[in-house]
Amino acid sequence: MIINNAKTILSVQELNASIDDTQILNGFDITVKAGEIHAIMGPNGSGKSTFSKVVAGHPSYTVGGGTLEFQGKNLMDLEPDERAKLGIFLGFQYPVEVPGVTNGAFLRLAYNTVQIARGGEELDPLEFDDYIQSKLKLLDMDAEFLERSLNEGFSGGEKKRNEILQMAILEPKLAILDETDSGLDIDALRVVANGVNTLHGDNDAVVLVTHYQRLLNYIEPDFIHVVDGGRIIKTGDKSLAHELESRGYEWILDENKSSVS
Amino acid sequence: MSTAIDNIVNQPYKAGFHTDIETDSVGRGLNEDVIRTISSKKNEPEWLLEFRLKAYRHWLTMTEPKWPNVTYPKIDFQDIIYYSAPKAKATKKSMDEVDPELLETFEKLGIPMNERAALAGVAVDVVFDSVSVTTTFKEKLAEEGIIFCSFSEAVKDHPELIKKYLGSVVPYTDNFYSALNSAVFTDGSFCFIPKGVKCPMDLSTYFRINTQDSGQFERTLIVAEEGSQVCYLEGCTAPQFDTNQLHAAVVELVALDDADIKYSTVQNWYAGDENGVGGIFNFVTKRGLCKGKNSKISWTQVETGSAVTWKYPSCVLLGDNSIGEFYSVALTNNMQQADTGTKMFHIGKNTRSRIISKGISAGKSNNSYRGLVKVSPKADGARNYSQCDSMLIGDLCGANTFPYIEVGNKSATVEHEASTSKIGEEQLFYFLSRGIDSEEAVSMIINGFVRDVFMHLPMEFAVEATKLLGLKLEGSVG
Repeated sequence: MIINNAKTILSVQELNASIDDTQILNGFDITVKAGEIHAIMGPNGSGKSTFSKVVAGHPSYTVGGGTLEFQGKNLMDLEPDERAKLGIFLGFQYPVEVPGVTNGAFLRLAYNTVQIARGGEELDPLEFDDYIQSKLKLLDMDAEFLERSLNEGFSGGEKKRNEILQMAILEPKLAILDETDSGLDIDALRVVANGVNTLHGDNDAVVLVTHYQRLLNYIEPDFIHVVDGGRIIKTGDKSLAHELESRGYEWILDENKSSVS
Repeated sequence: MSTAIDNIVNQPYKAGFHTDIETDSVGRGLNEDVIRTISSKKNEPEWLLEFRLKAYRHWLTMTEPKWPNVTYPKIDFQDIIYYSAPKAKATKKSMDEVDPELLETFEKLGIPMNERAALAGVAVDVVFDSVSVTTTFKEKLAEEGIIFCSFSEAVKDHPELIKKYLGSVVPYTDNFYSALNSAVFTDGSFCFIPKGVKCPMDLSTYFRINTQDSGQFERTLIVAEEGSQVCYLEGCTAPQFDTNQLHAAVVELVALDDADIKYSTVQNWYAGDENGVGGIFNFVTKRGLCKGKNSKISWTQVETGSAVTWKYPSCVLLGDNSIGEFYSVALTNNMQQADTGTKMFHIGKNTRSRIISKGISAGKSNNSYRGLVKVSPKADGARNYSQCDSMLIGDLCGANTFPYIEVGNKSATVEHEASTSKIGEEQLFYFLSRGIDSEEAVSMIINGFVRDVFMHLPMEFAVEATKLLGLKLEGSVG
C-alpha cells in the first residue's frame, strides 16, 4: 500500500555489481518505502536475482559503484549478518540443505540472535516452542518440521514455506523474496502468499523477485519494475503485470532499445 | 569469507601448559637392560618380564608400517625416554596427599575428581605420565565385584587375570607399535566386570602426557564376563611442546557371552602449531574381541588432537550373533594428519557390524578413513553397514576414504555409503542472512554433521566433546 510521506526503507542508486569480472548490475535504481510491495520482473539473466543477493550482501558479488542504503544507513561495508540484524531478509530461491542441524534449533538461534541485536529478549527452547506455534499455523506447517534437518529432503513447497516461516519469526523491515513462487503448486502458492500478506504491514516493505505474473494474483504489488541488462527499464502499476502476462517481455525490451537509440 | 573460516578454525591449543613435578626417569634409549629396569622398578613378576623381553626381541625384527597416508620425520627410537613417573611419596591415603600442582593441572583441565567425580557419578583412575596417582570409587565398585585399577596394581593383585588376558586380543606380534608397547608399557588401566554385573557407573580415565620427550605407552585391558555390561570413557589432553612425543598405546577388550562393552574416547592431544611443529604422534592399537555369543563391543571416538594419528579400533566378532560398532569423528586442522578407521572381522554366524565415520578437515590437514570389513567363510548371515562422510573446510585440506571389503561368505550383506561435502559459501551465506555470524554458523554446521556419532556418547561426554569441537573451531572472525 502506498502511504503518503512514508519512510524510505531501501534506496538504491546507480548500483553496479559484478561476479567474476562479469558485470551484472548496471546502474540499478529503486526506492522502496514503508508499506509498499514491489515486484521485480524480467527475463532470465536480467539481473533480478543478483539484485536481491547484493542487497543481502552475498560475498561473491563485487559492488563497483552507486549507493545502497537501508533506512538511511549505508549497507556497503556491512556483513550479511549485520544486514539481517538491521532487518533485511532474503527469501532464497534455492534454500541450502544442512544435514544434522534441526530446523527448530536453527530457527531459534536465528530468532535469538536477531532479537538480541534489536534489544529484545532471548527465548529458551520451551518458550520458543510456544512462540512458533502460531507462525507454523499461519503457514499450515506441522510441528514435526522443527525436528527435521534444515531443508534436508524438503519438497520444493516445504522449502519455500520454511523460508516464509523464517520471515515470520525474524519480522524484517524489508523482505526480498527471490522466486518464492517457483516450484509451488497452487495450494502451496496460496499458503505462501497468504503468509506474506498477513506478515506485511505499514511499517515494512516487501520486494518480490519473480519471473511469472502468477504470484501477483495473490500478492498485489504497488509497483512493478521490469529489469533488463542489470537495470530497471520500466516501472508501472499492477496492470503492467497483466500486460506482461499477455504480451511477454519482448515489447518492453524493444521499446527500451528504440528509446535508447 | 575464506579468511573468516580460517580464523574460526585456527584456535590456539587451550590445554597447553606444563606442570613442573619432579620425575623419576630412566635414560634415553631402549635395550634389554632398560626393559629389565622398568620391570624391576615396578616390582613385576618374572613372567611379565619374559613377556616384555619376547615382545622386544620380536620388535627388533619388525619395521615401521609405511602404508598409512601420513608423513612425518623418522622417529629415533633410541632418543626416547621409556620410563618416567612422578616421584612417589609412598602410598597416598587421600586426595590431600596428592601433589597440589598436580591437582591444579587437573583443575585447569576441568577433570571431574573427588566431589566433582562424585557429582558426575564418574570413577576416575587418573594416569599422570605413566603411574596412576589416585583411584576413586574403587570401594564402591568392589562391592559389585568390579575391579577397576591401574595396570600395575592389577599385575600385583590379580596376576591370574592379567596372565590369562594380556596379549590375548592384540598379541605382541600384531604390529610394530603393539610390539613396542608390549616391551615397554609402564602403566594403564585394568577393568574386570564379573558375570551378570551391570557396572553402576561409567568408568573414566584421563590420560595426560607430561614429561617432555617421555614416550607414553599405556596398556588398557577390559574384561567383561558373561552377561555383564560396562561403559568406559577415555579422555585425553596434553601440554604444548615443540618436540614430537610418541604415544603408542594398546587397548584390549574381551566380551564373553552376552556381555556388552561400550568404549568412548575424546582425544585432544597437542597437535603441533599451525606450521606443523611439535605435536603428538598417536600410534594406537585398539581391538575388542567379541568372544562369546550375543556379545557386543561398541567404539565411539572423537579425535581432535595429535600431529599424526594412526588408529583403527577394531572388533573381532568371534561369538555367534555378536555385534561390533564403530562411531568416529576425526577433526584435523592446520598440518594435522589422521589415518583412522576400523576393522570388523566377521567370524561367527549372524554377526553384525556398523560403522559411522565422520571426518572433518580444515587448514592444510589431511584426513583419511581406512576401514576393513572382512567376512570369513564360516560367517553365515553376517551383515555390515558402513557410512563414511567427509567434510572439508577451506580449499587446502584433504579427505580420503580407503574402504576395504573382503567377503568370503555368499550369505553376507555388506553396505557401504560415502559422501564428501564442503562448508561452502552458500551454506555460510544462508546462516549469515539470518543474522547468525560465521563462527556460530560453522559450529552449528559441524555439530549437525557429527550428530549421528555424538548421540552414541554418554551425555556428559557428548557435552564435553561438543565444547571441544567448539573450542577447535572458535576464533575471532575477520
